[in-house]
Amino acid sequence: MVDHSSPSRRPLGRASLLLRLAAIGVVVGAVAGAFAYVNGTLDPQRLRPKTLVNALETNNGVHPGYRRNHSKGVCVAGYFESGPAARAYSSAQVFHEARTPVIGRFALPSGNPYAPDSSVPIRSLALQFSQANGQQWRTGMNSMPVFPVGTPEAFYQMLKAGAPDPVTGKPNPASMPAFFASHPEAAPFLAWVKTAKPSASYATESYNGINGFYLINANGQRQAVRWGVVPISQDTKEAAAPAGADFLQQDLEQRLLAGPVRWQLLITLANPADPVDDASKVWAGEHTVLNAGTLVLDSSQPQLSGDCRDINFDPLILPSGIEASNDPLLAARSAAYASSYLRRTGEVSQLHNAVQESKP
Amino acid sequence: MNAPSRFFTPLARLLHWLMALMVIAMLFIGAGMVASVSQRHEWLLHLHKPLGIAILALVIVRLVVRFSTRQPPLPSDLPLWQVLAAKASHLLLYGLMLVLPLLGWAMISAAGDPVMLSSTVQLPAWVPANAQLFAVLRKAHGYLAYLLFLTVLLHLAAALFHGWVRRDGVLQSMLGKD
Repeated sequence: MVDHSSPSRRPLGRASLLLRLAAIGVVVGAVAGAFAYVNGTLDPQRLRPKTLVNALETNNGVHPGYRRNHSKGVCVAGYFESGPAARAYSSAQVFHEARTPVIGRFALPSGNPYAPDSSVPIRSLALQFSQANGQQWRTGMNSMPVFPVGTPEAFYQMLKAGAPDPVTGKPNPASMPAFFASHPEAAPFLAWVKTAKPSASYATESYNGINGFYLINANGQRQAVRWGVVPISQDTKEAAAPAGADFLQQDLEQRLLAGPVRWQLLITLANPADPVDDASKVWAGEHTVLNAGTLVLDSSQPQLSGDCRDINFDPLILPSGIEASNDPLLAARSAAYASSYLRRTGEVSQLHNAVQESKP
Repeated sequence: MNAPSRFFTPLARLLHWLMALMVIAMLFIGAGMVASVSQRHEWLLHLHKPLGIAILALVIVRLVVRFSTRQPPLPSDLPLWQVLAAKASHLLLYGLMLVLPLLGWAMISAAGDPVMLSSTVQLPAWVPANAQLFAVLRKAHGYLAYLLFLTVLLHLAAALFHGWVRRDGVLQSMLGKD
């Protein structure tokens, strides 16, 4: 080895040594400090994915292995048969192939996996279209036409308004009305809720994607859209919700014994004045609606063992030919779902106990 | 001719500084995206994946360069514990630069998500879709990224110690000039 340390190097004086060590400390400390800001440690006010998921757990309790929201549901499977209507608007393979396999999940929008089916007037349907080219389209849809609020910050405030009071164990009855009084953007949602009743079947509901997206065609042209599925079955929702807590899954299983259930995938093209990035707003007036094809669901599985269990229905998993809008709820859903997914996948082994616990 | 150079080869220096920039950017991008619900989450994620694969490709090139060129020796008067710390931390740096992109790729595979580097470029899944495996890989990715960050801080502190306190030519060997 050659000693290439400089022969002319003189020992540092005590003050100079301390100064240099301090300078090293400052540089390293600055990098560490910047990192601690970026990861949120030095920015505790920032809304983080875990803040939202913690709020859901506060409101609903922790149910290990379950989704932190829309916890009660059932897996379904089937396929999508595309029609020609969307082909000019999107290059996504799902609209061009005759048939694309689908895995889905019907659910209740609550973080409590034991919530009675009649406890909420909303049902949800999440879908994963698996294209032949390996790309996927995942979408989480709900039976309401709009979201109560337009931003993750407002959604967090809404969750806080629904948090149980530490003394009574129940939400303060004044909190939610106070929240809505200070959030006029929730008016379209509240108007819908007034007329909504818990349906007796998943199969008779329409499900709306709510958030805005863009379809991109082969020429790169972008068209803002919202999408949803509308049931084809003639048996519309005249039936009121029956007694009992768990009728939806039984109803679905019975219908599937008789044959597949079908929906039309309808894609609404935005008019120039429509708010694409605000899920709390209605797209009012006349619109062009494309009938993109038929969703056919022909089997179901229990959610704790079914194929949908380990799918994170992240609405930003999109195929080439579909892009997200700038709706801030989309990014927040994606981020919060990832946090919930990590928590519950780490708890899969506890699901077996949960099944036992839920059986009387 | 046989005397080892006091400097790393220009290619080794280029790879070092390029990757230093990329790895530090990557650590900040990763820490920032998982701590955000804003649209930052999405565009940082879209940077994170291709950058990670680029780091994986470069670290392989770098390992080849590392083992096919002569390295400037450490100063002969360096205390043994510092020699060992230098060797161990470099082993850790190389190991983590190699493992972290592979873990990220594996965890997306285990989640059953398509491994997309852009809206059209897709990598194959290289582990089967499995929720429990995902949770293990995802946690390992996070913890080992923090370990890499701490190792990078140590590396930075040691480099400055060589440059400003010991003044023994080690920092210059990577800067390429005195």
